[in-house]
Amino acid sequence: MGFEGIGASVRRKEDVRFLSGKGNYTDDINRPGQLYAVIKRADRAHAKIDGIDIAAASAAPGVVKVFVGEDMAADGVGGIPCGWQIHNQDGSPMAEPAHPAIATGKVRHVGDPVAVVIATSKQEARNAAELLDIRYTDLPAVAHLTDAVKPGAVEVHDGVAGNICYDWAIGDKAVIDGVFASAHKVVKLELTNNRLIPNAMEPRVALGDYDTSSGDFTLYTTSQNPHVIRLLMGAFVLHIPENKLRVFAPDVGGGFGSKIYHYAEEAIVTWAAGKLRRPVKWTADRGESFMSDAHGRDHVSTAEMAIDREGNFLGLRIATLANMGAYLSTFAPAVPTYLYATLLSGVYKIPVIYCNVKAVFTNTVPVDAYRGAGRPEATYLLERLVDVISYETGIDKVELRRKNFIPADAFPYQTPVALQYDSGDYQTTLRVGLQNADWDGFEARRAEAKKRGKLRGIGISTYVEACGIAPSAVVGSLGARAGLYEVAEIRVHPTGSVTVFTGTHSHGQGHETTLAQLVVDQLGVPFDQVEVVHGDTAKIPFGMGTYGSRSLAVGGSAMVKAMDKVIAKGKKIAAHLMEASVEDIEFKNNTFTVAGTDKSKTLTDVSLAAYVPHNYPIEELEPGLDETAFYDPKNFTFPGGCHIAEVEIDPETGVVAMVNFTAVDDVGRVINPMIVEGQVQGGVAQGIGQALMEGCGYDADGQLTTGSFMDYTMPRANDIPNMSVATENTMCTHNPLGSKGCGEVGAIGSPPAVINAVVDALKDYGVRHLDMPATGPKLWSIIQASAPRMAAE
Amino acid sequence: MPQVTLTVNGKQHTVEVEGRTLLVELLREKLGLTGTHVGCDTSQCGACVVHVDGISVKSCTQLALQADGANITTIEGLAAADGTLHPMQEMFREHHALQCGFCTPGMVMTAIDLVQSHPAGLTEKEIREGLEGNLCRCTGYHNIVKAIAAAHPLMHANAAE
Repeated sequence: MGFEGIGASVRRKEDVRFLSGKGNYTDDINRPGQLYAVIKRADRAHAKIDGIDIAAASAAPGVVKVFVGEDMAADGVGGIPCGWQIHNQDGSPMAEPAHPAIATGKVRHVGDPVAVVIATSKQEARNAAELLDIRYTDLPAVAHLTDAVKPGAVEVHDGVAGNICYDWAIGDKAVIDGVFASAHKVVKLELTNNRLIPNAMEPRVALGDYDTSSGDFTLYTTSQNPHVIRLLMGAFVLHIPENKLRVFAPDVGGGFGSKIYHYAEEAIVTWAAGKLRRPVKWTADRGESFMSDAHGRDHVSTAEMAIDREGNFLGLRIATLANMGAYLSTFAPAVPTYLYATLLSGVYKIPVIYCNVKAVFTNTVPVDAYRGAGRPEATYLLERLVDVISYETGIDKVELRRKNFIPADAFPYQTPVALQYDSGDYQTTLRVGLQNADWDGFEARRAEAKKRGKLRGIGISTYVEACGIAPSAVVGSLGARAGLYEVAEIRVHPTGSVTVFTGTHSHGQGHETTLAQLVVDQLGVPFDQVEVVHGDTAKIPFGMGTYGSRSLAVGGSAMVKAMDKVIAKGKKIAAHLMEASVEDIEFKNNTFTVAGTDKSKTLTDVSLAAYVPHNYPIEELEPGLDETAFYDPKNFTFPGGCHIAEVEIDPETGVVAMVNFTAVDDVGRVINPMIVEGQVQGGVAQGIGQALMEGCGYDADGQLTTGSFMDYTMPRANDIPNMSVATENTMCTHNPLGSKGCGEVGAIGSPPAVINAVVDALKDYGVRHLDMPATGPKLWSIIQASAPRMAAE
Repeated sequence: MPQVTLTVNGKQHTVEVEGRTLLVELLREKLGLTGTHVGCDTSQCGACVVHVDGISVKSCTQLALQADGANITTIEGLAAADGTLHPMQEMFREHHALQCGFCTPGMVMTAIDLVQSHPAGLTEKEIREGLEGNLCRCTGYHNIVKAIAAAHPLMHANAAE
């Protein structure tokens, strides 16, 4: 057995089960007497429901029941709640329209649930759903941000004027306008952040069960945060006391944010199971995923930077429209405000920043956090803007960045947009990035490519992000309706093995491995004697789950605190056993020692004494060795780094080949380097996807035009280059591990690097900016339009 | 209802199926072999790949009745009886070629066929192109490509023995 503590690339505990087909995903679970739900969804974006004739469907073979929205409403079922409230500039709360689990009165996006058919088999339910006779009166629809805010635009919700959910701002408008009025130069850029569909490979599944003997409900669901689902669904939707509701998210096949939210289907199957006294299971087809999983991004922004003669940044002024979709998903209002606007200082000293965000309802699927959530939008905006400043001023893009970086000795650094960065070293990640990417050798590679008829370009992105969410009091003051601490229970068993109960959830991140490494490190328990339990509210303490790269920085810190308690209690027990003073007991390598003597007791000796307390300080100390700690972080964590993309464009087709990608990230203390590299590689692939191929399409009538993998371009193996991934870490200063988080950096840093490279490749074509995704047809058109001008020159 | 007789992971089964039942539905729902996954409904993602008479097939794209008389291997049938992993499984683990594990069974089955059908060797480009029919959202494919390259010599060495 080699070293398996902090810093070791230990091979993952979960792998043998996944590689042998023994994973336990939600759709693999079946309950006796189970029924199958098929949800009939709106096939149009906006319509009044005139009536639903369920007679034929109800009489179809195998059908047990058909429910419509009014059935749930009549039973007192509440709407799907939103977990975050934003206030308008005038202090009034955001518009928060009702979001019934099954639509009543109107449908507001393609995919809005209209009825649920429950039958003894999925095939029968599907057949019967086709027999539902739904009479609609079509209404005009609006899908695109800029259309939704036009005067006279159709209103998605009655009474929400102009489709504005909220009109929010950070910074002082008068001050920023003053900076701009006197600036040497202003560089302006209008850009969109393309709408994405997360597409975790496992479609969502929900299985509701009701125990007729106890009256207990169980929901098996594909969730990143089972306790949050239990709280939201129990308290606000179904009014089930939490002691009567268990939520279990077993192995989950990827999330990327899309499985954070409380979805209608979870409420529908749990409620139906109670009504029918039988388990009810719903499994999404991929087509349903496209039209019901929360989408991501979808911003339109105007960005302006005021600069002085030397290219120093003086002020940043932003106006952003952010698409909320038809209803507010759980975290949606937070994404374009506190996860986006607060990041707009990036890695730069910008004395004054002002950002206005208008969140907008449209007849589209709700939009919420997707890998990075707000920070990719901020990073893309800034890093494109910086390149355009370089383009317009002629200042070298690396020099421009270096000149404006927050210096390494300026931490803690208070930005003008609320955040205080605790640590970072942007010059170092940039220097190593340039070195690893052979930046200096690029022009030779460009010239060589030109000989082959290819347009080669290189692009850089230097970024910071805020994760490890989050200090509860801070997010509470910003509108969060929940705390964002994390919890861990460390149960040392009588024979010295350990079970960790964590409130975080692993859906690919490898917590069963990484969190076990923390126990190896701190308690000295062998890796194979540590088990990590997550995902089941019947087992774990009330935790907040996994998103915002928080599992290690917040959940791991909770473990450290709990293990501190284990050691403190263990010292008292050891002192008793060895007839020594507690102050003289030291703990190291799984062993309690009386300082300066050879007297020692192993953790197992102590745990056995704790559970078999025959010789035990029972007057002063409770038996057992099982400690729980809640950890509320003092600040966000601030990973950062440098991403460099190198592309080659075929001018004949416009197709972009990603030829090199280099990432140098600062993620704080690394527990398992292999897993960190994997997280970055996966995030970068999603970023390359956003930059080059992914884009959710709606037509003018609100019809989803990218509703399958045939239409929505996912990155495949041949689209992604062999990547160079490295870290240059500074430690987080305010959590006990020093870890910052690595789950989202890849998706945050990479899109602007790729687009900067594409624009660089097209520099002879007069391209200043282009919007993502940089598809072949788009680039071919640009090249074609520019070619005559070039020829004429 | 019609019957289908097939051998799955060395064991013969005779099962009644509807005409429209897909091979993946038979495996998951009738035989309880839930290691084979369904990730899409358009034959794009490859999470459902199994071997039918030694060839990788998307089991969501074949009717169960078409598999009558076939010899099927699923992810559950790869490891030895004593639990020793197939070299491809072992290399996926060694090279961290899986994260959430959902695409993994299909990815492994495709990879084995790819390696078996290229005894002379596989370039990185050939591996990437060979994975054209399999989507992974977690890994960025980087480590999957490494794992397959590493498994190639092991599998062909084993075959040569």
